[in-house]
Amino acid sequence: MMEITLNHYLILSTLLFAIGLIGVMRRKNLLMLFFATEILLNSVNIAFAAISHYYGDLTGQMFAFFVIAIAASEVAVGLGLLIIWFKRTNNIDLDAMTSMRG
Amino acid sequence: MMEMYLYLALFAPLAGSLFAALFGASPKTLWTGLITSGLLFTSFVSSVILFSYLLSGGEVIHVEMMTWMATGNLYIPFGFVVDEVSATMMIVVTTVSTVVHVYAIGYMDHDKGFNRFFSYLSAFVFSMMVLVMSDNFAGLFIGWEGVGLCSWLLIGFWYHKETATWAANEAFIMNRIADLGMLIGIFLIYWNTGSLQYDKVFAEVPYLDIDTVTMIGIFLFVGAMGKSAQFPLHTWLADAMEGPTPVSALIHAATMVTAGVYLVIRANPIYDLIPDVGYMIASLGAFVAIFAATMALVNRDMKRIIAYSTLSQLGYMFVAAGLGAYWVALFHLMAHAFFKALLFLGAGNVMHAMDDELDPVKMGGLRHAMKWTMVMMTLASVALAGIYPLAGFFSKDKILEVAFSGDHYILWGTLWVTAGLTAFYSFRLIMLAFFGEKRHEALGFHPHEAYKYVLWAMSPLAVLAVIAGWFEHEFVHFITHLLPNFEFHTHHVEMILIIVTSMIALGGIITAIMLYKNGPLSKKWEERPCYKVLINQYFIPQFYEEFFTKPYRELSRVLWKEVDMKIVDASVDGIANTIYGTGEKTRHMQDGNLSSMLRWMVIGLLILLTLAAAFSFGTSDTVQQALSDLGAI
Amino acid sequence: MFEAIAFYLFAFLTVAMFSITVLTSQALYALTSLAAGMIFISAFFFLLGADFLGAVQIIVYTGAVMALYAFGMMFFDTTRELKEKNSSSMIVFGLSGLAALMVVVIFVTPIASEHISAIYPMHENVGNTQEVGMILFTKYLVPFEVAAVMLLVAMISGIVLAGKKMDRSLTQMSEEEIQSMQESDKKAVL
Repeated sequence: MMEITLNHYLILSTLLFAIGLIGVMRRKNLLMLFFATEILLNSVNIAFAAISHYYGDLTGQMFAFFVIAIAASEVAVGLGLLIIWFKRTNNIDLDAMTSMRG
Repeated sequence: MMEMYLYLALFAPLAGSLFAALFGASPKTLWTGLITSGLLFTSFVSSVILFSYLLSGGEVIHVEMMTWMATGNLYIPFGFVVDEVSATMMIVVTTVSTVVHVYAIGYMDHDKGFNRFFSYLSAFVFSMMVLVMSDNFAGLFIGWEGVGLCSWLLIGFWYHKETATWAANEAFIMNRIADLGMLIGIFLIYWNTGSLQYDKVFAEVPYLDIDTVTMIGIFLFVGAMGKSAQFPLHTWLADAMEGPTPVSALIHAATMVTAGVYLVIRANPIYDLIPDVGYMIASLGAFVAIFAATMALVNRDMKRIIAYSTLSQLGYMFVAAGLGAYWVALFHLMAHAFFKALLFLGAGNVMHAMDDELDPVKMGGLRHAMKWTMVMMTLASVALAGIYPLAGFFSKDKILEVAFSGDHYILWGTLWVTAGLTAFYSFRLIMLAFFGEKRHEALGFHPHEAYKYVLWAMSPLAVLAVIAGWFEHEFVHFITHLLPNFEFHTHHVEMILIIVTSMIALGGIITAIMLYKNGPLSKKWEERPCYKVLINQYFIPQFYEEFFTKPYRELSRVLWKEVDMKIVDASVDGIANTIYGTGEKTRHMQDGNLSSMLRWMVIGLLILLTLAAAFSFGTSDTVQQALSDLGAI
Repeated sequence: MFEAIAFYLFAFLTVAMFSITVLTSQALYALTSLAAGMIFISAFFFLLGADFLGAVQIIVYTGAVMALYAFGMMFFDTTRELKEKNSSSMIVFGLSGLAALMVVVIFVTPIASEHISAIYPMHENVGNTQEVGMILFTKYLVPFEVAAVMLLVAMISGIVLAGKKMDRSLTQMSEEEIQSMQESDKKAVL
């Protein structure tokens, strides 16, 4: 109980990932959806860092860096697109985005 | 040098065919007919040069154009040979086809498919040349199928006519049945001798088991039966008269139907070893001769009468070939080609004059309008009847002598009676069509003579029908380089036989003239049962219809309704419907809403995770250990 | 002992913060709790000895990303209460729970854990930042440069996308609209 093992971190990471998934599926506001994806990415980062620590290998941390870099780019591009969409439709509700309807 | 002529003879018709095919879909252009005829004439001239080369003692020309198949032990080249037999066949084929080409320019004058017709006709000649010139059974088979295909195309040339397409299919299907036999024969040859080259096969055959050779001989003859329309595969030939008349003259009288005889002649080393099969062939030939001749007696369709006559004469040829007198068969084949083609072309003129009316009973007195046609047809009929000194006399008489010489008196008797019947039905046709009252006037026909150049085109055949028999001794000398000579034992009775045969032929002619002097016989004749049997072709077509076609149709219907629709189609449709239904149901997944798409994505992720979990569970060491422990227990 | 207390504390805090982010109907609450969660996550990094990563986490997320989101929110004016139709939350929670369960199952089953050996082992006596620098600029130099280019591209694209006239789409406009637009542009230039 007192000894914190790798599994503790992994389960925490999984828990956060599940929360992120709930957000991804539940949110209808596009901005909120972005928040949820941030949670997903961060939960994975925890897992990477934990594995890196417990195996004494730096590769996990390297991956976490690149994940952060990707998250940053994603936010930049995603927000840009979001702004365009908002300018055009004055709405960022997911249910209103139905131009892909089959 | 001679090789060049060989290739010229072979490929000139192909060139013509391809050339005409270029304009196949366009309306009539006279020069397609002229060019194909010209190329045919080139082929004819080349054949004559090759023939005279061989006649003057030249070597047999044997070329191998290129390799066709070479896999493992199988080696089949595109090889061609010009020896005495194929040279004779080439002369016959090119002569008749050149005449028919020129004739067809006139005959098909008003036809929409003029160019197409010449394309097919030249393609036929090419196939026939391949058939007779090939130096192996595979090449022969290609030619064999080629002529079958062209025959189908040409019988069904007027494809908008239901009867024509039906007849074309009948001919094609019957020939396929027979070709299966032939193919089996060829396989047997290859299986037992390891080669398909004539020379190798024939060198090998004497060392084979006699049963094997018998099988080969029978199967090859089955193929010959189909192509030469021997009983019981004879029905297609009479129906094939639906095709244009030049086609009937070329394919269904002079060349293609004699391919069966050619095959037997070509395979003479095989048939020499199996005289029993030969005797069977001869017996069948004699039967077909009289059988077809009786059907010709009463028929009221001009072309069908001639077609039955062709059948009957093919029977004669098979008698000679079956009894080992191969050169006699070839001789009759040649003579018959000339006068029968002439007869058909004459019939074509009459048909044209009578607006495609074929019933000779409705004609009568045509001699006034069509003098030259009448002369040529009479000439051909006299030749067919076998009256001295025309071509038919020499060849047919020789066949009777062959039968007599082998002490096959029943065969001889059959053929002797047939000779009388032949003379009778030939002159029945002549009398009904050209003499007597002008019955056609009452029916409103205005017959006219054919074009001058058409008549000129026919004249070589007329000349050949007269003189072809005069060169018997030269021919025997020439052909026996390759074919075995036949020992006649009839020198003591030769004159008597000739006289007896001529008597019955003359008797037949005189009877016909006397009976039909005043037009057709009274209706009373048509009430008689024997007439009924003959006009219905011994009820054989009906028999086939009842016992082969109808059960087959029923079987097909059952297979269609029960097997195809309920099993094959149903399963295929089932698959399609399942996929379609799945698509229809899962279409709602693509509702364009990002939220639900994400939800589906998570479901997909869940499935993947489950798989990964199952996989890792299955491959983990402890589980493997536990599983192997279980297995050990 | 200290480690365990710290872990449980921060675990509770991050889960709570992220739950608020996901479940709240106030955009501002969501943003604030997300930022807080990010900072708490960096605590795990420090706990795990990944000091540099923790620093980067705070700088990049709470410094840069959150600032971006904050500006975005100002732009969209989402301070008002969010109206979201959440119909089948059972499905959402169920799916997430199942997914988490599966992941845990995979973690728990001993896969090949014994056979893992470190490719870039950590060294004693060397600071984490130094080690990270060593590896990042040797073994991961190329991916690092690629990531740099990617960030540059993302920056430019963010500027362009948010720039002028990007709210108009030539593909979705009719011919006349395009023409009138071009004419008005000309006028503006003149």
